[in-house]
Amino acid sequence: MKNTSLFKKGLIDGIPIFLGYLAVSFAFGIQAADIDLSPFQAGLLSLLNVTSAGQFAGLTVIATAGSYIELAVLQLIINLRYFLMSAALSQKLPADTPTIHRMGIAYGVTDEIFGLSVLADGPLRPAYSYGLIVVSVTGWVLGTVLGAAAGAILPHLLISALGVALYGMFIAIIIPPARDEGPVRITVFMAMVMSSIFTVLPVLRNLSGGMRIIIVTITAASISALLMPRDIEEGGDEQ
Amino acid sequence: MTPNVYMYILVMALVTYLIRALPLVLIRKEIKSRFIRSFLYYVPFATLAAMTFPSILTSTDMLLSALTGFVTALILAFAKKSLIVVAIGASLAVLIVEALAGIL
Repeated sequence: MKNTSLFKKGLIDGIPIFLGYLAVSFAFGIQAADIDLSPFQAGLLSLLNVTSAGQFAGLTVIATAGSYIELAVLQLIINLRYFLMSAALSQKLPADTPTIHRMGIAYGVTDEIFGLSVLADGPLRPAYSYGLIVVSVTGWVLGTVLGAAAGAILPHLLISALGVALYGMFIAIIIPPARDEGPVRITVFMAMVMSSIFTVLPVLRNLSGGMRIIIVTITAASISALLMPRDIEEGGDEQ
Repeated sequence: MTPNVYMYILVMALVTYLIRALPLVLIRKEIKSRFIRSFLYYVPFATLAAMTFPSILTSTDMLLSALTGFVTALILAFAKKSLIVVAIGASLAVLIVEALAGIL
């Protein structure tokens, strides 16, 4: 496929992310305005970070005038999962992909964009990623600015309902492969059970959400990789 | 408000970007290790599953509506509906349950 049509395909495939982000970042914008960020500052924060959990957590540090070090460490921990995702994506890119495109794609490694990118058929083309990124980040920034500017206009009932949209998207990404592949099904189930245990057990439940996700991801993916290793097909692209 | 809000934003952005960029820029070869390849294959499923559950249960105003949304999303996804259908379907389910709960 040509680059322009790949880009368009990315734009279209990214529409659900756009809608989900619009809802979630709207909530983020409301919270940002709550600690006196202007719509511009909130929008800039969203544009430069594009990370839901990281941004929400960052607000608490900004609100309490915490140190830059504290903020940096917090972001490192919460967003460490992107490190794993980028490593996985590096295997999906053609080896000759130029550095500039690698740096461009890196900007948009989020849970949702990653989910669509890594599970797409065949090798990952930068043009497709850029399509996904443009439409998704537009929703993310737009929602933030609207939320920060117009906080309480949307009825609460609607915000509550939209809260589930992002999770619905995650489910739509992981369930179809889980339905078709036993090892994926086991991995998903294992991660959900572990995540639940971490949320209820004393001591463990004090871990930050980002830390919990990192530990669960590494543990579940390691167990699956050890017990159910995948066959390597020559030429790269399994799936 | 602190006057350093732009510095905060820059610090966050820098850390987050480096986390994302380093593996993509530095890992250029195909990884040969069967374990690492399998591990990376399973990462997204483990991450998204851990992020979704149990957090989805507290993502709305009431447990019942969240559960309904969760089950609706599972059913739609199992039927291989598109992302948007699953996301909107789950939201609608939540909306209906909460609207009913508000009336009753």
